[in-house]
Parts: sequence; structure tokens; C-alpha cells
Amino acid sequence: MSAPLRPQTLAELAEAVRSAARIVAVGAGTKPRLSAVEGTRLSTAGLTGLVEYEPEEFTFTARAGTPLRDLAVALAERGQYLPFDPPLVAAGATLGGAVASGLSGPGRYRFGGIRDFILGVRFVDGAGRLLRLGGKVVKNAAGFDVPKFLCGSLGRFGVIGEVTFKVFPRPVSALTLRLYAADPVERLKIIRALGRSRYEPEAVEGVPDHCDLWVRLAGPESALAALASEILTRFPGLREAGTEDPLEVLRELSWAAASDTWVKVPLSPDHSVAFTTELAALDGVSHQVGAGGSVGWIAIRESASVPAVRDLLERFGLEGMTVRGDAPLWWARRPRPAIESAVKLALDPCHRFPPLDS
Amino acid sequence: MPSTASIERLAAILSSDRFLTQPEALSAYESDGLTAFRTRPLGVAIPETADEVIALVRACRDTGIPFVARGSGTSLSGGSLPVSGGIVIAMNRLNRILRLDPEDRVAVVEPGVINTQVTAAAAPFGLHYAPDPSSQSICTLGGNVAFNSGGAHCLKYGMTSNHVLGLKAVLATGEVVEWGGPGRERLGPDWCGLFTGHEGLFGVVLEITLQLLPRAECFHTVLAGYRTLEQAGDAVAAVIAAGLLPGALEIMDALALEAARAAVHAEYPPGCEAVLIVELEGPRETVAEERVRLESILAAGNPVAMRPARDAAERLAIWKGRKSAFSAVGRLSPDFIVQDGVVPRRRLGEALRRIAALSQESGLRIANVFHAGDGNLHPLILFDGRQPGALARAEAVAGSILKLCVEMGGSITGEHGIGVEKREFLTDLFSPDEVDVQKRIRAAFDPDGIANPGKMFPGTGAPALTHHGLHPLEREGVIFRE
Ligand SMILES: Cc1cc2nc3c(=O)[nH]c(=O)nc-3n(C[C@H](O)[C@H](O)[C@H](O)COP(=O)(O)OP(=O)(O)OC[C@H]3O[C@@H](n4cnc5c(N)ncnc54)[C@H](O)[C@@H]3O)c2cc1C
Repeated sequence: MSAPLRPQTLAELAEAVRSAARIVAVGAGTKPRLSAVEGTRLSTAGLTGLVEYEPEEFTFTARAGTPLRDLAVALAERGQYLPFDPPLVAAGATLGGAVASGLSGPGRYRFGGIRDFILGVRFVDGAGRLLRLGGKVVKNAAGFDVPKFLCGSLGRFGVIGEVTFKVFPRPVSALTLRLYAADPVERLKIIRALGRSRYEPEAVEGVPDHCDLWVRLAGPESALAALASEILTRFPGLREAGTEDPLEVLRELSWAAASDTWVKVPLSPDHSVAFTTELAALDGVSHQVGAGGSVGWIAIRESASVPAVRDLLERFGLEGMTVRGDAPLWWARRPRPAIESAVKLALDPCHRFPPLDS
Repeated sequence: MPSTASIERLAAILSSDRFLTQPEALSAYESDGLTAFRTRPLGVAIPETADEVIALVRACRDTGIPFVARGSGTSLSGGSLPVSGGIVIAMNRLNRILRLDPEDRVAVVEPGVINTQVTAAAAPFGLHYAPDPSSQSICTLGGNVAFNSGGAHCLKYGMTSNHVLGLKAVLATGEVVEWGGPGRERLGPDWCGLFTGHEGLFGVVLEITLQLLPRAECFHTVLAGYRTLEQAGDAVAAVIAAGLLPGALEIMDALALEAARAAVHAEYPPGCEAVLIVELEGPRETVAEERVRLESILAAGNPVAMRPARDAAERLAIWKGRKSAFSAVGRLSPDFIVQDGVVPRRRLGEALRRIAALSQESGLRIANVFHAGDGNLHPLILFDGRQPGALARAEAVAGSILKLCVEMGGSITGEHGIGVEKREFLTDLFSPDEVDVQKRIRAAFDPDGIANPGKMFPGTGAPALTHHGLHPLEREGVIFRE
């Protein structure tokens, strides 16, 4: 493979896109399956840095190749954070890759996912034009919401060069509880009870390969102590000790091995029961249920289990996306409506970016 | 003009009492909340089922007759203004809440359901639907989705789009699509995100899946009065700088206060030129802690008076004054134009000063009631359309305000959409390539340009101007604008 294109400016990014017939954008490669397609690789590694950060506006603009790690540090210095918790920050994930993959972490439970915080984008379309859509202010209804659309677009519609996000003040303190659940049905009951409770948890996450739940509370310290003790009288469990945030293993997907095949499966909470019951019965497969039962993660260690996983998804009408490993990108994908190809053609008229299905 | 046969084909889809063509019946649909514009449609179709809507859209596609979907017609930018030679598809009878799932906090609704009905249905379960445009007691969710409508809680909770989990729609091509569903997470590009805010240019929404949120246990609402508008703006900056995330941060200026006093007998501290409303919400322990911080932050800004609501009735009174202020100002004047520009929050003071200068120069009074938390201004330009040249002057001022929002790095619309009203300003925000790519996206959904043509994009024939003023229901005090 020849060295990837490595533009240093947005103008160079547009030029780089125009320079090859097939362009595959890559960030840090923390979600390798998403860009495992034929084509000239275009690395965003040269497009880094905060372009603007206005803590008093709750917004920042940064280049797509900026490591999220660096952004998190800059935000923390001003007492702010990305509430949707993009995964794989410590692993080196970039801002542009986070947008293109559309993945969010545990924090998405409270205020929404990455799509709910993106405000604006500068990207290069398939015609090689550098375009700015959305805006830089926290509220904006002008024009089609292309920034949201690009969340999860996997580089199939354009290459992202710069993104503007909304951020929130970081809660002054946080703590994590572990609530016990004997089985996935009981876990679902707790998820639902918390969903309608007064506690406003930041995150409600299943412990990997387990039915227990981690519940993260954030806010003023004295309030949290009171909320935590009330929750623990309602549901058996304990307060996680130590200063380490136990949810970090979920953000980094470090409960799975780097050599596993990672599959993201959107769920609705009632599916979380079958998801856990069936996956727990498979050999060489780990799983986790996140975001209050809204997402499942499968880590497949032994490829012999692939057909059983596929069968499970098909039986329950669930779809999956491979983030890592060499399985097909899509699992049990429903047929795409014609409009999706038409919009692809509108943004990528000469098929410069990878096709939607591979 | 379409042939009689074409029109008959459309009319045949519905019983005759649901396809209106009589001039007197059509007149109710000639205009929307932007009362300056009027267009008589060819006919008004009143479908009762999704299948009828699909049949209508497909017949429009086959005959080339343009259509405009319409909810309650409260658009302030002319979004639901009919197009001449086209039909209006009135969605109001598709008004069922199809499913309300309190366990997973989801509602599936037809597009004609009124915004507040969702919260009303969810309230017994301790849940609510967050987006709350001031027109929420009459506007439809179909309209909200088309315009990605906002409200007073956007900084913390976002706009309509942040609460739409799934959509079913018939596109202008006739294709029926379903995206998303009851789950919060999805795969692939965000089609619901692209569709929300389409301003009626992609097709007609048939079904919407909404997320419901638990109602906060506790609210704490403070009204603070200031000697100057600028001090109120500084207080907003201080609240934000302290790391608080209030559910709402709203400002009213002197003219708005005067109007609210007159209209709903709202009481404000004497001697203040501006009022700031801050609302905290959350579990009672959190609010108890944060209210102490909030009060010391506000006190440091030298307010004339600070009035925390002591009970639910006082909180409601504060909100009543705020929510009625806009329409109340409207009553001070025969005509007005409301703008919806956004500026970066830190430049609010500067924007307000420049708006005041524009008011002085033009001799037109301008009131300001706005979402300070997200920099979304709503200057209300008062004029008397009977005076020669007054409308043109008001429009010139409105245009200057939009330009100054763009110049300050903001936007020409925070929540009301481009519609017909601001389409000539689209090019102030977007380059020709950026307009072109949006046209290409539009053309993918609507290759023949039959869905709400003439909106959003500049350079398409302008309908007739009549006058500016209150929406008829506003005049009656049924709805208020923010
Ligand atoms: C007094 C007043 C106060 C207001 N306050 C606010 C506010 O605080 N925040 C805010 O954001 N807006 C506000 N608005 C603007 C307006 O209420 C919103 O834009 C609202 O969403 C429009 O809803 P509607 O049902 O009246 O839609 P309509 O005006 O009928 O239509 C609006 C647009 O939606 C399209 N549309 C309608 N139904 C469908 C459908 N089923 N499928 C596809 N397209 C469809 C129409 O074609 C049109 O383009 C206010 C308006 C008034 C009059």
C-alpha cells in the first residue's frame, strides 16, 4: 500500500480528495473495519488542533484529525466536557472519526449522543468542494442539517475536515453505583424504573457479560450522596469504591480484546433481555448492554460463533455494524430505500467514496 | 395551470367534502403565521389516513402538481404558504397518538398531533416531551419536524431534532421510507437528522417516534430585574461562566415588560429596564445546592430586585408573563415583523446595542424578548402599515438585523426556519457551492421540485405582500410567540 495522502490544510484536503478516483478517509484507525475498503487512503493526521474554543459559548471548533484526548484536556481546563462520551479516547480516536462512526459512549444516556451535540461541519464532497454546513452557534435552523447527517456516515458521503460542537459544563462530582440484577429481566426492570425516576443519572450501563448495572450519578457532591443512598435502598447494590471511573472500561471497550470482532447493535430496552440471554449461551462471545438498553456491543473471539450471532440478530430483527475485525461491515441489514442511494449520488456524484454496503 | 383531468385525479382520492376548491373554503389556507404573504391554492386536500397522503403525493408526482403540507399554519417564515397552481395537504386529521410507551419513554404519533398533546398524554407517567415552542398549544408535530422547532429549553435539551427517534414519510418521489425507531441509538448516517428541518421540501411526514423525558422533580425559577439590558446580559454570562446549566435563561426588555404588564398584568420590579428569568431543574437535592450558587452569582450583578418563585403558582406567573410578552408587544402596534437571528452569547450586549441604534435611526420601536441562553434573539419591529413606506423601512431594519447576526458569526434563524421570508438571505450564510449541494440533496428527495417549491432557496417568484401582524389566534390570546 502506498503512503496515505496527508493534507495539512482544508484547502489541501479538498485537493487530496480531487487527486484520486477512490478516497478512503482514515483517522487514528481505532475503528479499523469502518475504513477497511479499497481505495487511496487519506489520513486526517495532519489536520489537527482547536480552531476556536469559546468556553462561554459552550462551543468549540476543531480540525477532524484532532485526538479526542487532546480535546478532553482542553475542555477539562475550562471545566467542560463532551457529554456524549465518545469511545476510544485513550486509544487515540480522532474527532472526525468519532463523527464519521457516529459512536457515543455511556454519557449519551442523559443528554443524547454525538448527533445531539454536533453544530457545524466543514467537509469535502465527492466533487472535491470544501463546504461548510450548520453553524457555530448553539442554536441554528438555517439549511439542511448535514452535520447531523454526517454522524455515522463512515466517510461514504464526504471527508470531514473540521467540526463544531456544543459542550456542557462538567458536573462538579460524580460517583458510580453497581446495582445487582439476577437476570436480564430484572435488569430491564431496573433500567425502566431509573428511566422514570427523579435521579437523572448520567449513565446506565450493563456490566460486560453480566446482568448487573452501573449507574453513574453526577452533580454537586452532597446531592449525590443523598441520591445514592436512596437508590441503594430501592435496589440492592453498592457504591463503587476507588477514584477510577469503572465506566472507563466501557468507553475504551477494554472489556473486549483488540483481536476480537466488535459489533455495535442498536437495541430497544426490551431486546436487551434476549440479547443477553442468547449471547451468554454462546462460546467465545462477550457482550455488553449500554445506554439504558439502547445499544448492545458484541465482541466475538472465535469466528466459529459468527453464524450463531448472525442468526440471533436476524431472529430478533436487529442490525449490526462491525467496528473492528474482518466480518462484513453490516449484519442483518434491512434493504435500503432508493433515496439513500440518491442522496449518496447527490453528495458523491462520481463514486469517489466507498459504496454504502461494504 | 394543471389540466382539469389532473386536478380530478387528485380530487378522486378523497371524498368531495375533503377536497376543497371553493374560494371561500380556500381563503382560510391562503396564509400562515407570516401574515404578510398570501397565495390561493388550487385546492386543499384533507386526508384522514397515511394511505390517502401517499396516494395524494403520488398523484402530485404523476401530474406535476406541487403540494404544500400544512399542519396548523403557524409558521412564522411562510413555510406553509401555499404555492399557486398547487394543492395544500392539510395534515390535521392525522392526529392520533398511535402508541405511548411509558416504560421505554417513547411516543409514536401522527403528524397532525398538537405539540402539547404529547406531554398531556405522557404527564400521568411523570414524563414529558421537551421541545416547547410558544405556539405549542396549536402547532403540530409535523410542522415541528419540518422546521426543527425550538422553544425555551434548547440550550439544555436541544431542538425537535434531538427528540425525534424515528420517522415514516412519503417522499416527493412517492417512495415511503421509515428511519429509526424506538431505540436511542442507530447505525449509518443520520437520516432522521437530515429529514428534520427539511422545511417541507422532501416530502410529507406520516409518523413520528418521539423520545419522552422524565419530568424534573424540582424547579427553581428566579426573576431578576436590572437597570440596563446590558446588566441582564452580563448576568447570563456569569451564570454560564459559573458552570451552571439552567433549563431556561430568558430576557425581556423594557418595551416587552411594559406590554406584558398591560396584557396579563404581570408584575415586575419597579425601575428595571430588563428582566432575566433563570430556571434550574433537577432532583431536589441538586436544585437545593445550585440555587444557593445561582443566587450569589445573580446578587453579584447588582440587580434592582431578585424574586425567586416561592411556589408553583408564582413560577407559572413568571412564565405567563414571559410567554405572553411577544404577543403582548404585538398588541402595541398595528403591524410588526419578528426576527429570529442568533448571535454568539458573548456578543448579545453588542447585538442589542446595534439593534437599538437601528431602532433610533429608523424611528421604529423594537422590543426584545429572547432566549438569552442560546443567543437566539427575537427582535420585534413595530410599524404601522398604513403609513407610506413604513413596511419597507421595517423590512430594511429586519434585513439589517439578519446581516448583523451573520456578521457576528451567528445565524439568520434559530428556530423559525428560512421559509419564504428569509430565502434571499440564505446566500449570506452559504457560498454558491453550499447552496448547490443543498439543492442537490433536495433534488434527490424531490427531483421534480413539487414539494413546497419556492421556499428556502433564493430566486424563486415572490408571492404578494399584504400586511404584517398577529396570527389570528394570537390576537385572541390562544397562542403566544417567543
Ligand atoms: C405565536 C407563535 C409563536 C411561535 N413560537 C415559536 C417558538 O417558540 N419556537 C419555534 O421554533 N417556532 C415558533 N413558532 C413558529 C411555528 O409555530 C413553528 O414553526 C411550528 O413548528 C409550525 O407548526 P405548524 O403545525 O403550524 O406547521 P405549519 O406552519 O402548518 O407548517 C410549517 C412547515 O412544516 C411543513 N409541514 C407541516 N406538516 C408537515 C408534514 N406532516 N410533513 C412535512 N412537512 C410538513 C409545512 O409545509 C411548512 O413548511 C411560533 C409561531 C407563532 C404563530
